[in-house]
Amino acid sequence: MTGTWLIRGARPLGGEPTSIVVRDGLIDRIGAATKPAGAQVIGADGLIALPGLVDLHTHLREPGREDAETVETGTQAAALGGFTAVHAMANTDPVADTAGVVEQIWRLGRQAGHCDVHPVGAVTVGLGGTRLAELGAMADSAARVRVFSDDGRCVSDAVLMRRALEYVKAFGGVIAQHAQEPRLTDGAQLNEGEMSARLGLTGWPAVAEEAIIARDCLLAAHVGSALHVCHVSTAGSVEIIRWAKGKGWRVTAEVTPHHLLLTDSLAASYDPVYKVNPPLRTAADVAALREGLADGTIDCVATDHAPHPVEDKETEWDTAAFGMTGLETALRVVQEAMVDTGLLDWAGVADRMSRRPAVIGRLPGAGGELAAGQPASLTLYDPTARDTVNPATHASRSRNSPFTGMDLPGRVVATFLRGTPTVLDGKIA
Amino acid sequence: MNRHLISAGDLTRDDALLILDTADELAQISDRPIKKLPTLRGRTVVNLFFEDSTRTRISFEAAAKRLSADVINFSAKGSSVAKGESLKDTALTLEAMGADAVIVRHSASGAPQRLSGWVRGTVVNAGDGSHEHPTQALLDSFTIRRHFGRSASSRSASSRAAGAGPGDGALDGLRVTIVGDVLHSRVARSNVLLLHTLGAEVTLVAPPTLLPVAVGSWPCSVSYDFDAALPKSDVVMMLRVQQERMNAAYFPSVREYSRRYGLDAARMAQLPDQAIVMHPGPMNRGVEIAAEVADSARSTIVEQVANGVSVRMAVLYLLLGGAEGDS
Repeated sequence: MTGTWLIRGARPLGGEPTSIVVRDGLIDRIGAATKPAGAQVIGADGLIALPGLVDLHTHLREPGREDAETVETGTQAAALGGFTAVHAMANTDPVADTAGVVEQIWRLGRQAGHCDVHPVGAVTVGLGGTRLAELGAMADSAARVRVFSDDGRCVSDAVLMRRALEYVKAFGGVIAQHAQEPRLTDGAQLNEGEMSARLGLTGWPAVAEEAIIARDCLLAAHVGSALHVCHVSTAGSVEIIRWAKGKGWRVTAEVTPHHLLLTDSLAASYDPVYKVNPPLRTAADVAALREGLADGTIDCVATDHAPHPVEDKETEWDTAAFGMTGLETALRVVQEAMVDTGLLDWAGVADRMSRRPAVIGRLPGAGGELAAGQPASLTLYDPTARDTVNPATHASRSRNSPFTGMDLPGRVVATFLRGTPTVLDGKIA
Repeated sequence: MNRHLISAGDLTRDDALLILDTADELAQISDRPIKKLPTLRGRTVVNLFFEDSTRTRISFEAAAKRLSADVINFSAKGSSVAKGESLKDTALTLEAMGADAVIVRHSASGAPQRLSGWVRGTVVNAGDGSHEHPTQALLDSFTIRRHFGRSASSRSASSRAAGAGPGDGALDGLRVTIVGDVLHSRVARSNVLLLHTLGAEVTLVAPPTLLPVAVGSWPCSVSYDFDAALPKSDVVMMLRVQQERMNAAYFPSVREYSRRYGLDAARMAQLPDQAIVMHPGPMNRGVEIAAEVADSARSTIVEQVANGVSVRMAVLYLLLGGAEGDS
């Protein structure tokens, strides 16, 4: 479907309405334009044009848990959320810890075609936390892996973490750490605080995240490597990262949409749809995360889209799986939490959801400006739409959205991946 | 009153007093040769126990049977739960059998609340994880009330005698000290909430490792010093220390725990004359409570068990609409 498109009346980064011409996979022109011969026209009056969103943190579940999500359904969900690239986390079955597995996932992404899929490689063999996986082989594979993570588990061994940080310097990689001190979080269920005390759920203390982040910042500085901190969830973590960045160290960080909007008080229902790792925190943490994202301490929003089948959530809290879906609601939640609150403008949204995650993911072809000559990966978004989140309408195979029943602004109208529409009129193209 | 009893915090002061007053009336039945009322005839009460607790189960069973309900005991052992059936499927099965009330004991905090979303019948929490055990708190308040002359019967007696019975039968001004593993205790959580509702002044005493970090948000005071709390206690409630806490660095050794937080005869002697000693059972004699204390005249431990049946009768009677059925 690559061809010529005339997008009329869109507002690039929320600016003045103009026309965007897309031709041969590239943005041909931005500005007043007559309809090129053979062009298809999209009336985009009032829609905001953003560069295609990039997610650094997605669980596509394939191979292994195709009952929860597949590359096909997960990338459809991504496209419907305005994403043109996602990083597929390594905790699949088998684990993405070899060149063979990452290439398989990369190929599945190419076949699906709804967005680019960049596999994340495991740091340690089988996520076991004891032996480095063949990071170099994954980097050299067709999947060109640059982001490595044991996400779901913390690389808690300080020596192993140091070696991983050092080793990836050879090919410009980055270690994305799931910061969770395991001994402090044995059996942890919910943010340790008033709610966990009242509900009798084992506490997940903020210090278990912050201690690892502090250690890893120091390690990254010591060996001169790049650290990315996954799903920052506490006010203390924001402070530590601000301090590390102030030193000039190569530390980047992400925050999830759910940590920008929801708090642990939701757990009072004991409905595990609110069970996630790291857990939902307090209103003070939410405020600090928003501020950190606004001032750039936190570089980007990443979904941590974690689909689970119904039976893994319709249980007691303790036995339920951790995780929430998020691809199809991410931009809407960011509008609610950051834009409508005046903390971030649309240029800021583009920076935190496209440009910076593309830089951190080492993706030269993504996260570019909306400018002539750039790849035509973009999303058209209606910020005036509003409706109640209903996961039954989502493309994701799973339904565990914590935003279910919430009234949220915004609607992704269209998504283009290098000139090809993946979403038109809010539906898979 | 709510349809379910999940948390002691769900009960207003009036709800709690109604349950306790009803229990007072029902307790008289236990003294009769025929200990049975026809109130819940034809109703089905399911004891759904995912965790071993013979004492709580038989207490509920006796309560339901004395009200003439049909009782089905469903324990996790030897049932489909052991084969991996989910809580929800178990709930749907009970629903299909037409359970009017489900009394649930579960090792996971919040399981009764989840269950209440899946069944039409009334759900009574018989202890869930580290969350709550509201009928234990009710029977504890019932026991305290009787000892301090505030139950309905003693109120009328005391007002006849002294001309000044205390208020409405609540526990205003009584000082209750709860000692032990508060962090993991559902009994402590329910008691703090209910005792506060009933006007008692609650002090928690424990090593700092066995208190929730946010205990400051609870409606009670906190102390690490048992000896300082003793002379200011009308009631001392000892909590069981679980074996697994002893192996997880919550305290250095059982002996040290016992020395600092155990109730022995010397500590008991520091209590005011009228003070009573309670324990929800089962006890670790020689750990949190010395045998001579457990068996002393101050101990209400056996009485608590007897009161449990009356209080649970009152809960079932009120929640299953027995009152309406009678009228």
